[in-house]
Amino acid sequence: MQPAAANTGPGWPASIFDPAGPYAGSITTLSWLLLAMAAGVFLVVLVALWVALFGKHRLQKRLGGTRTIWIGGIIFPVIVLSGLLVYGLSLTRNLAEPVPANAMRVRITGEMWWWRVAYLDARGQPVNIDANELHIPVGQPVVLELESSDVIHSFWVPQLSGKLDMIPGRRNILPIQADRPGTYGGQCAEYCGGPHALMGFVVIAHEPAQYHAIMAARRTPRQQVAGRGEQLFRSTGCAACHRIAGTDANGIAGPDLSHVGSRSSLGAGILPNNRGTLIGWIGDSQSIKPGNRMPAYKMLPAQDLAAIATYLEAQK
Amino acid sequence: MPQADPARGAQAIERVGCAACHQIPGIAWPQGASGPSLAGFADQGLIAGRLPNRPDVLTAFVRNAPATLPGTTMPAMPLTKEEARDVAAYLYATGSR
Ligand code: HEC
Ligand code: HEC
Ligand SMILES: [Cu+2]
Repeated sequence: MQPAAANTGPGWPASIFDPAGPYAGSITTLSWLLLAMAAGVFLVVLVALWVALFGKHRLQKRLGGTRTIWIGGIIFPVIVLSGLLVYGLSLTRNLAEPVPANAMRVRITGEMWWWRVAYLDARGQPVNIDANELHIPVGQPVVLELESSDVIHSFWVPQLSGKLDMIPGRRNILPIQADRPGTYGGQCAEYCGGPHALMGFVVIAHEPAQYHAIMAARRTPRQQVAGRGEQLFRSTGCAACHRIAGTDANGIAGPDLSHVGSRSSLGAGILPNNRGTLIGWIGDSQSIKPGNRMPAYKMLPAQDLAAIATYLEAQK
Repeated sequence: MPQADPARGAQAIERVGCAACHQIPGIAWPQGASGPSLAGFADQGLIAGRLPNRPDVLTAFVRNAPATLPGTTMPAMPLTKEEARDVAAYLYATGSR
């Protein structure tokens, strides 16, 4: 029997020591430096402890003298910590620099316990609405406008940037950048109630040409799929909470499902998106993500769940 | 079961997401509960309380439950016949205590 496999969302677990761009890069460098320095100081303390316990009497006397206290307890920390402060601030300066005015902008709004995603045009108007997943082109900074509509959340995709709080009534700006294509996992980093630990996020970085193709495809009006799944989506009340672009489903209490068929994850980054997880989520999301704000639909027969899933799979 | 491969079965189980509805030995996440736990499944006499628990029946059931057992609440899953056999082999290999 093979070891326990975890069928987690794409991009998980996200590595905090493998930066994929300049913003995460400077933070990782600083982290390694801090770790190395802490290890060095720890070693010195261990040696001092050894000397104090088992060392030669002459060494012990020196260690206990006022000079050691002055040098080791005051001068050394002041010099090292001041140097570190200056170096650390200059190293991570790129995170605080003004962002380029023509950079791509996306507004991400924290919700209990998922994320709204709105791609913005040059005037700041939403041109494409999505949820829980963000597509970006590689090699350029992308500016995120972070907001919250309920409590404080914190946006964190460790391989692309630092973490920044999403505060109700405020708009915080966070630049992110990926220099290589890939799938990068994220996680809400500020406790926001019940299923906070299951509030993940996925960023997918593409070559620019591919990125533009995806966005262009989203702008072309889609063929509407009629049928049992579409009927059930309305008659069972899904449309009251979920929007599907181009249909009369325009609920906003839950994630936008206009592109759920091409989403790589479900449940806010916590599951891969496939037949089983889609039907399983719709039928009883409460057994997967207890306390989330979507009701379970245990009363729906298997065929109805399957029909709704087929309808949603077509929403690319 | 000849030629059926539990390791390939595990891969198929991950690809189609059975664990969204079932607790399955060897799969740590997710552990959905809209279907019964499949731990100890090999020791069970019946599938879904009504069908005999035999490899051929299980293979048909995991692939197209509604056709095998009309009225069941388990949906059809996108598995090939071969994958369904592998999945059944996995459930028998891991399901006994
Ligand atoms: C009361 C409002 C409500 C209703 C009704 C509702 N949902 Fe949801 N749904 C939500 C919320 C809120 C979430 C986000 C849950 C989370 O991740 O915390 C969600 C998440 C989802 C997701 C996952 C989306 C993603 O990207 O992770 C799918 C798929 C979905 N719902 C489908 C449905 C279907 C199909 C129905 C009807 C059978 C339905 N919902 C009914 C509120 C609702
Ligand atoms: C959408 C949820 C869902 C998914 C996905 C799902 N199942 Fe099920 N499964 C159920 C339900 C509900 C039952 C109970 C059926 C009944 O009692 O009629 C069940 C029953 C079963 C049983 C019989 C269990 C018993 O104790 O008798 C087996 C075996 C099984 N499923 C295997 C699988 C496999 C393998 C997969 C993936 C290929 C899978 N299921 C995917 C919901 C699901
Ligand atoms: Cu949170």
